[in-house]
Amino acid sequence: MSIELTGAEITIRCLQEEGVSHIFGYPGGAVLFLYDELFKQDKVKHILVRHEQAALHAADGYARSSNKVGVALVTSGPGVTNAVTGIATAYMDSIPMVIISGQVPTAAIGQDAFQEVDTVGITRPCVKHNFLVKDITELASTIKKAFYIASTGRPGPVLVDIPKDVTQQKTTFHYPSSIAMRSYTPVIHGDVQQVKKAVQMILDAKRPMIYSGGGVILNDASAELIELAQMLDFPCTNTLMGLGGYPATDRQFVGMLGMHGTYEANMAMQYCDVLIAVGARFDDRVIGNPKHFYSEERKIIHIDIDPSSISKRVKVDVPIVGSVSEVLRELIKLLKASKEKTDAHALQEWWRQIETWRARDCLKYDRASSLIKPQMVVEKLYEATQGDAFITSDVGQHQMWAAQFYKFNKPRRWINSGGLGTMGFGLPSAMGVQMANPGAKVACITGEASIQMCIQELSTCKQYHLPIKIINLNNRYMGMVRQWQEFFHGNRYAESYMDALPDFVKLAESYGHVGMRIDKPEDIEGALREAFKLEQQLVFIDFITDQTENVFPMVPGGKGLSEMILV
Amino acid sequence: MENEAGALSRVAGLFSARGYNIESLSVAPTEDPTLSRMTVVTTGSDEVIEQITKQLNKLIEVVKLVDLSNGDHIERELMLVKVRAVGEDREEMKRLTDIFRGSIIDVTDKTYTIELTGPSSKLDAFQQAIERSLVLETVRTGASGLGRGERILKA
Ligand SMILES: Cc1cc2nc3c(=O)[nH]c(=O)nc-3n(C[C@H](O)[C@H](O)[C@H](O)COP(=O)(O)OP(=O)(O)OC[C@H]3O[C@@H](n4cnc5c(N)ncnc54)[C@H](O)[C@@H]3O)c2cc1C
Ligand SMILES: Cc1ncc(C[n+]2csc(CCOP(=O)(O)OP(=O)(O)O)c2C)c(N)n1
Ligand SMILES: [Mg+2]
Repeated sequence: MSIELTGAEITIRCLQEEGVSHIFGYPGGAVLFLYDELFKQDKVKHILVRHEQAALHAADGYARSSNKVGVALVTSGPGVTNAVTGIATAYMDSIPMVIISGQVPTAAIGQDAFQEVDTVGITRPCVKHNFLVKDITELASTIKKAFYIASTGRPGPVLVDIPKDVTQQKTTFHYPSSIAMRSYTPVIHGDVQQVKKAVQMILDAKRPMIYSGGGVILNDASAELIELAQMLDFPCTNTLMGLGGYPATDRQFVGMLGMHGTYEANMAMQYCDVLIAVGARFDDRVIGNPKHFYSEERKIIHIDIDPSSISKRVKVDVPIVGSVSEVLRELIKLLKASKEKTDAHALQEWWRQIETWRARDCLKYDRASSLIKPQMVVEKLYEATQGDAFITSDVGQHQMWAAQFYKFNKPRRWINSGGLGTMGFGLPSAMGVQMANPGAKVACITGEASIQMCIQELSTCKQYHLPIKIINLNNRYMGMVRQWQEFFHGNRYAESYMDALPDFVKLAESYGHVGMRIDKPEDIEGALREAFKLEQQLVFIDFITDQTENVFPMVPGGKGLSEMILV
Repeated sequence: MENEAGALSRVAGLFSARGYNIESLSVAPTEDPTLSRMTVVTTGSDEVIEQITKQLNKLIEVVKLVDLSNGDHIERELMLVKVRAVGEDREEMKRLTDIFRGSIIDVTDKTYTIELTGPSSKLDAFQQAIERSLVLETVRTGASGLGRGERILKA
């Protein structure tokens, strides 16, 4: 005879079956039975955040840094609405997550009950899929589907809304070992004919370029990308989401491309004759004005698991729907077998051109300044961590400097909100990263504006002994906003000055952490070294930086990739 | 698509969220009660239609999708029109209904209710043909469609 379990027991059992080690959440009325079950077991560790947005970002950082599904648990009503920013953040960057939300009892749905919101309705546009489980017999299979959908194909967040009475009812528990859905069958293998066409195009290329993105990271396909690029000796650029997919210190890496990409990457992108786009989606921050992009002729091969990413913003010549790793392996195999070779002479010419662009040294800044240059802090951080830390970031200028100056040589080390650009992401995501990678060096590069959006998580960090290093590039401005106002709004700095800032050192100390304030360039290195020596402690370093520093290069809105503003 | 609560709102939500036109949408369960079939009429450039197709296919509940206008197809829509029908108009309404092969399905001494099925363009033509001031109420279902001949859409 099989025993019956409550919906709450079933939910927790499902998480155990999925091998979930950590769940980030915040309790409330609708999820009390679930919390009761969490309390009775110790396989799934619950991390209590201080705001539901942080629960989502932490689960997100956990997922990005580990390639496991991140899991969050929130209560109905305000619990869910607080979580929406975090859900949308994960959705825009295709992060595999499962969100369990409590809902009012089924009989109360639609009655404007206490803490009732239409969770499925509110989250519909920012999840890969969502479910409302009204029937307890469908609970286990729904959770199975949620994990399956979240982690396969183009990943994304999936929400399971569970009414309180369903967590109380009982049924027999059976967790399906696999799932098949007739309406959901992601394509993994690329079409052979298309791959063959791509091979020919690659062989015929005179000025080739590999442009790779988040898909390489999400698919753990970095090794295949490196193999392809190096066997061909093609230049490679990464999007903001793709950093670490190709090692930044390798000669063939031309830096990030796009709005704040390097001169050489953007020029090569504009003037290449064959572009191999790998798990990247031709974002508007990446190609600038599409008309200008089209003004040069080039052939485009586009590998992406999501057909809707292909020919969405840019028409491509060889679309290949499939997973990056599979398709790249196939390409490599065919290229190795091919008798034809690439045009070595043309390639040499192309590299010569790229090197002249590179010599423009577009990321240079005043290293002799008596004020702290934010770029220098990131460079020193790179040195202090031997390039081996997990770096999370918030949103703004500091995010761009982190992307430009920390040389990511491995995937999953660079954790940031690219698609939604969510300020407040940095600290909570670092918590998730540290949970997934105990013992690893984790630093959060942030700004004085962004950090204040989830500053309450300093308390969570204390409770769980998370020794994150917070690198606050404090320019007393919403620097990215100020930069736009300087360039495009006649220096009218409307509401971008950060007045009445707290004393961050005291603030960190009041949460039981270590705080430092550094305002001289010569002290950067020592401070970082000292901070990382404190292996057990969170250290908040408030770097007082040059307020006037701007991010270069910059492709202004509406301009083309080759029309950068340079220093 | 799967005959599940919420599937319809996902489709409708997609069109509004991405700014696609939606001219009509009709949906009902099929002979397989776990599936329902939806016909959406939309307009857009080839690129937009391509994106709509891909985005709809991405919805987890959508099992299969075809663009009927890519081949021979049959399209039908039902319209009910209630018109004022007194004096001379009464005869004229009857005559027009016959010409368009519609039928009068409800009669009072002052009104007719006319039923008409056909391609949406035929219903448009009927609406053009009758005197506008006599129309009291109109309801249209939106088009439903099937491929011609051997072309079938099956899960
Ligand atoms: C202030 C700010 C400035 C920014 N400036 C820049 C900039 O200068 N340069 C820049 O690049 N970005 C910049 N961004 C980020 C930008 O907004 C986009 O988020 C980013 O460019 C998208 O990266 P991506 O194309 O790699 O796509 P992602 O969003 O990472 O999407 C991944 C793609 O890979 C596909 N994929 C997923 N899994 C697989 C798989 N298994 N196999 C195959 N394909 C898969 C997906 O379908 C998707 O198409 C900026 C963001 C902010 C907030
Ligand atoms: C939640 C949210 N609100 C507003 C913005 C718009 N925004 C982008 S960057 C930025 C300023 C960030 O300032 P700070 O954190 O100090 O970073 P800095 O640019 O100075 O390095 C703002 C307000 C955003 N990205 N996210
Ligand atoms: Mg700032």
